[in-house]
Amino acid sequence: MNGLIQVDNLVACHGLLQAVRQVSFAVAEGEILALVGANGAGKSTLLRTIAGAHPATSGTIRLDGTDVTDAPAYRRVASGLALVPEGRKLFPEMSVEENLLVAGRRARPGRWTLDAVLTAFPILKPLRGNRAAVLSGGEQQAAAIARALMTNPRVLLLDEVSLGLAPVAVEAVYESVHALIRDRTTLVIVEQDLQRALSVADRIVCMLEGRVVLESVTGSVTREQVTEAYFGLSRVNTSSAKAEHSLGQQ
Amino acid sequence: MNWINAIIQGVFLGGLYALFACGLSLMFGVMRIINLAHGDLAVVGAFGVWVVATRWHLSPFIALLLVLPAMLLLGYMLHRTVLARSLRSGPLTPLLTTFGLAIVIQNALLQIFSPDVHSLGSLTGSISTGSWRLTSQLSVPYQGVLVLVVAILLLGALQFILQHTGFGREMRATAQDPETAELIGVPASSVYARATAIAVATAALAGAFLAIHSTFDPSSGPTQLIFAFEAVVIGGLGSIWGTLIGGIVLGIAQTIGATLDPQYSILAGHLVFLAVLASPRGRLIATGTAIT
Repeated sequence: MNGLIQVDNLVACHGLLQAVRQVSFAVAEGEILALVGANGAGKSTLLRTIAGAHPATSGTIRLDGTDVTDAPAYRRVASGLALVPEGRKLFPEMSVEENLLVAGRRARPGRWTLDAVLTAFPILKPLRGNRAAVLSGGEQQAAAIARALMTNPRVLLLDEVSLGLAPVAVEAVYESVHALIRDRTTLVIVEQDLQRALSVADRIVCMLEGRVVLESVTGSVTREQVTEAYFGLSRVNTSSAKAEHSLGQQ
Repeated sequence: MNWINAIIQGVFLGGLYALFACGLSLMFGVMRIINLAHGDLAVVGAFGVWVVATRWHLSPFIALLLVLPAMLLLGYMLHRTVLARSLRSGPLTPLLTTFGLAIVIQNALLQIFSPDVHSLGSLTGSISTGSWRLTSQLSVPYQGVLVLVVAILLLGALQFILQHTGFGREMRATAQDPETAELIGVPASSVYARATAIAVATAALAGAFLAIHSTFDPSSGPTQLIFAFEAVVIGGLGSIWGTLIGGIVLGIAQTIGATLDPQYSILAGHLVFLAVLASPRGRLIATGTAIT
């Protein structure tokens, strides 16, 4: 049975550089998929290509069976796919509430209304009238996730939501992510923190230099195995047990 | 008294300039396009109103009500066919496209209507000639007040749309970050097309009032474009009410210049514009801010 998201042999480029090379994977409805990999592995490009912000050079992206590879981003949003972009990307001169309302204007029917979203992210309630540019990193992240939720997506793509945030703020963000998980929202999470990715996700996909090097249910893979795939250690014949151990300490 | 009269006339002239500047400012604020055909589109509007008013013997104001929806449609189609494609080709292409459009429009109008100069002033009766006498030396023309009121209403309506409606929010979001706007479901090209429609309609409105205020002919466009551009720069890009202030400052500069010597009127306007451009504020403008 095809997944909610089905990616086949996707290739995406930055100019001549292939950032995503023949990537194929699927995300089933209700599943939490963690996408891990070092900087430059192609995770963000992959998410952006799936969301429609980046053009696909070749391959197909299917959303619930429908081919959306050539569909513009806003059409994919209308079909239930929402991306929380890397760097939050709130509209800086608009208030938090206005940011949310813009996303809600053409939203699919669903439970996420302005009030529902503010209740789910109580940190935003006192900030609703504030300009987005003056929010702290953690507050902006909450607002960005809330904004994506306003479109009532079937699947939410979270791109590096902990990037640049203090640990306390990251905790708060993942609190809300847990709430979404309890809600059975389908999630694809790009996360550099392996520990967190493994604890939150059902399945894990590891990318290296644009390719998928590991794909597994989180229960049946160890951190060491993921770390090896993360750094491509299995490709190089030099790692001693000591080096592997200290890297695994991450 | 001469000076006070000049200032009053300048304020009313400023209302007309604000009407012109409004559409130019909107298009630049939302989609970073400087529409070099803006003045010529205003002249198209003026000719449209003139044709409808003279052929069907209607008041120009009624004719304007009929022409405005057509201009909205024209603006929408203009974006869908020409400007959308230009936007995809980089920041300079729309400049070339609108420049070419300006030439096409001017020559088409010349071909259709001949170089004859026209005016709608004669068709509006007492509105364009009457005035309130405040004192023996001060009079306030009906027409000036009308244009100013229309300008304030239009800018107020635009401000309201931008700040308080869903469509306005979409425009502001698309202006600030078109890619992220698409990621939350806002179709950028549709927003742009509607913004262009509004801009062209306001240009037609300005053109009609220019025709009532003075004269127009197929080549009147570029002069109005320059004044509109100066008003936008003086008032500050991205501010709706700045457009009104810019227009009024320009108008007053021109009328005070005219009081010194009729030859100096337009030059005075240019000098004020250049002074603003050279100031620190001018540097801010050069970097271009979005409509907030």
